[in-house]
Amino acid sequence: MKTEGTVLLFIAGFFALVAVIYWMWGGEQSGTAMLAGTALLGLLPGSYYFWWSRHMKPRPEDNPQARRADGAGVVGAFPSSSIWPFTLGVAAASVGLSLVFGFWTAIVGFVIAAMAVLGVIRESRRGGVV
Amino acid sequence: MTTLAARPEAIVGPPEEEHGPSGFLKWITSTDHKVIGKSYTITAFIFFLIAGCMAIVIRTQLASPDNHIVSQHVYNELFTMHGSVMMYLFAGPFAFGGLANFIVPLQIGAPDMAFPRLNAFSYWLYLGGGTIMLLGFVTTSGAADFGWVAYAPLSNSINTPGAGPDMWIIALVLTGFSAIFTGVNICATVFYLRAPGMTMFRMPIFTWNMLVTAILILIAFPVLTSALVMLWCDRHLGTHIFTVSGGGVPVLWQNLFWFFGHPEVYILALPYFGAVTDILAVFSRKPVFGYKGMVFATIAIASLSTSVWAHHMFTTGTVLLPFFSIMSYLIAVPTGIKFFNWIGTMWRGSITFNTPMLFAVGFLVVFLFGGVTGIFLASPPVDFAMHDTFFVVAHFHEVLFGTVVFGGFSALTYWYPKYTGRMLNETLGKISFWLMFIGFWVTFMPQYLLGEEGMPRRIAEYLPHGNWTVLNRISTAGAYLLFLSVFVMLINFVEAWRRPVPAGDNPWDAHTLEWATSSPPPHHNFYWIPPIRSERPVWDHNHPDHTTLPAPLAPEPALAATVATGDEGRDQ
Amino acid sequence: MANLARVSRVRRPRPLGAAGDSHAPGGPGPRGRRRLASVAFLGLLALALAGCNYPTFGEARGASQQGQEISKLYSGMFITGLVVAVIVWGLIAWCVIRYRRRRVGDGIPKQFHEHIPLEITYTVIPLIIVIVIFVFTVITENKVDAVSPKPTVTVDVTAYQWGWIFTYEHDNGLTLHTKGAVTALPAKQGYTASVYPQLVLPEGKTTRIVLRSADVVHDFYVHAFDFDRYAQPGVTNVFDITPTQTGVFPAQCSEYCGLYHSEMLFSVRVIPYGQYVSWVAYYSHHLNVTPKHYPLTQE
Repeated sequence: MKTEGTVLLFIAGFFALVAVIYWMWGGEQSGTAMLAGTALLGLLPGSYYFWWSRHMKPRPEDNPQARRADGAGVVGAFPSSSIWPFTLGVAAASVGLSLVFGFWTAIVGFVIAAMAVLGVIRESRRGGVV
Repeated sequence: MTTLAARPEAIVGPPEEEHGPSGFLKWITSTDHKVIGKSYTITAFIFFLIAGCMAIVIRTQLASPDNHIVSQHVYNELFTMHGSVMMYLFAGPFAFGGLANFIVPLQIGAPDMAFPRLNAFSYWLYLGGGTIMLLGFVTTSGAADFGWVAYAPLSNSINTPGAGPDMWIIALVLTGFSAIFTGVNICATVFYLRAPGMTMFRMPIFTWNMLVTAILILIAFPVLTSALVMLWCDRHLGTHIFTVSGGGVPVLWQNLFWFFGHPEVYILALPYFGAVTDILAVFSRKPVFGYKGMVFATIAIASLSTSVWAHHMFTTGTVLLPFFSIMSYLIAVPTGIKFFNWIGTMWRGSITFNTPMLFAVGFLVVFLFGGVTGIFLASPPVDFAMHDTFFVVAHFHEVLFGTVVFGGFSALTYWYPKYTGRMLNETLGKISFWLMFIGFWVTFMPQYLLGEEGMPRRIAEYLPHGNWTVLNRISTAGAYLLFLSVFVMLINFVEAWRRPVPAGDNPWDAHTLEWATSSPPPHHNFYWIPPIRSERPVWDHNHPDHTTLPAPLAPEPALAATVATGDEGRDQ
Repeated sequence: MANLARVSRVRRPRPLGAAGDSHAPGGPGPRGRRRLASVAFLGLLALALAGCNYPTFGEARGASQQGQEISKLYSGMFITGLVVAVIVWGLIAWCVIRYRRRRVGDGIPKQFHEHIPLEITYTVIPLIIVIVIFVFTVITENKVDAVSPKPTVTVDVTAYQWGWIFTYEHDNGLTLHTKGAVTALPAKQGYTASVYPQLVLPEGKTTRIVLRSADVVHDFYVHAFDFDRYAQPGVTNVFDITPTQTGVFPAQCSEYCGLYHSEMLFSVRVIPYGQYVSWVAYYSHHLNVTPKHYPLTQE
């Protein structure tokens, strides 16, 4: 995990430096704010990964000498076949269109979105089709 | 239905039978990264064709000074939508939706993307957003017509009222979220789902580039979304963020937009750089030259690209010119490293010119010139002379078309066998390449000259003086050639569909992990993976006498019985 | 996978690089690096010799002092860029021609994958080139953006949808402006048609332009001066033009500003200073003149 953390921390450090240089050189507020925000974007996950890489058990994917058997077993749970992403997409488009055409599509959109969110939660809990 | 995916240790038994919906319902409910990747690819390609037709109309209009093929208003809609569809709906989604979704899990030995339902949701947001954007054409006031950059205050409700622009804004918010979710998905997949032995520095360059692209997406797209929300508020809630009368700052829009806009073009470019890297190595039958240099150069390009946004604003008179100038120049250094590494990959190789390799070399030739003209524009004084002329149009078409279309067709023809299990026709591929290559230069070289002669961009008609008319005519002829080249490519796809030629697992004798499995890959991708000891696991396995490993692969101990992949929960 | 046929690679003997390293990975080697360095130097030399006459491909050589500075810089960069492009295209062409797989007996080439000294070289040399270009850029930029403390003429330019207003800030504020909103290009008359305003400037003297916008973002672009600058609401841009050549130069808005952006034309007429003084004297008594072909002598 160390490489991942390093990449993100590099981003944090680079943009912190650039933000400071930009501000001192006579930059303006919006640019400095955006650069500083980018530095924070790298800092948050990067510092976590860096810290975690020192405390975690080594993973087979980080081990250059790993054997395929080291990674055997269950990789994870991968939901297959779910109607809810499509439903949520329809809901999002509905809410979006309401901003153009009128409030009523937002109501429809929110209702569908609520159904979709509930459906996803139930699906995840049961591990099966809802 | 959730399935548990397990990494295989040896050949598993017969493939599990797939239960579940079929047909249209299967497509709507699929969370398989391969299905979603194919959907993205096809949808993006359709958007490409639509935007290409708009370009043909634009070029036809510009072929004569006093043309009235379309009215001023429609012309303005056309160039706005051509740019918007190409940038937001084709180039990006084709790369991070179409290619990355399908290829990245395969290249790292993962069974799927980290968040399959989020992946599907991203696709539906993209399709919905894209449809909404194009539906702007059927509103009474027409589609958005303020340019794909939507500068304030032109884009506010006083100057551009109507539903079309609002739909454009909503569409971009939806597709923006689609991209952000895909960025999260790619990062999580690369960080957490790699196969044993697949360390970060053994991932293919395409996957590295997609990771860096994903981080760039997370940096850039939220800024765009925020700016769009602000614009919508100005248009509908009476705020004055971008209007002077209420104490706002119109230039703020440009700063926000270009902080997104410049990383955006690298989001569009980096995936195709990565694909071309892999392709050059395969068809030169050598490893990537300077792998670590490539990785560092990509990270450097991404970092620098986020620091140069105001080079699009040199002529506003409100930006710190030398800062943005030096940062823009500095991007040439890692880009040059990548270029020399590409040449180093081909150097002393054994090159065959299949269609993917032709397009990859075409990309190199075209992108080089586009990059050099970019250096010209990075100089503020030169930009004063060239800004908003056809010189800029030629430059960005050269880099974007060169990367996205040449690189994209290279990637598409290279990975087509993996997607579909069929081969494309080589002759048709070569014909479409040469038509595209010639058509490209005929279209865009005159535009450089037009820019040098002072022809501004985004104009529907012009007065005949200097060489404007003849240069425009030549450019239009080139555009028709490009149209023809895409048409030939379409015929290629149709022929491959009607008369399939089976591809096999690894038709190109390629290097990376996606070629270890069948074409197309089975459910959860791998029944078997080779040992991973370098960035070329399949090559090392197939050509043990020609590896770059320090020692031959040690045989691994006898493998235990497999873990069956089971389904938990009820069958559907 | 033990059945790999062994392929012997037939190749013409090539001289090794000077180092004779058995891991010689190809690439230019020390001799080639020197060659690369000398070419880079030539490129920089070209940049320095930027005053030579070279084909501009339509780019204006600059009808003003600022424009000439820009044109010199551009010509230097153009030559450098061309040299770089030719070198890299040459390398690509070499690979494409020389390393094509031959039909007989071609197996798998030597599998090298790095050469650190070479990689460092082609990192450092572009860095040096870029820094040199930057230095020239900053010098030129300072000259172009310099605003003199006492310009001879000051003109307030206001851009609006879709025309221009030029107000001469002296002698009762002589104002020239577009005659109404134009919706179609008058093909026969061109840029100097009576519907478009004409900015009259004295040759050899410094004119300060004070640029504003009445509504959206526009762009004051005069091709002959190699110069453009945005007119933005809420921002006042000030810059100098010192024309070096007489004539009539076409100009137009080049930032997309709405429906009739294509019609937002104007022209710049540069005349000798003596004539300019008479022109001002004559027209300052005719306030708010709608543009036409105004003669240079009294009628």
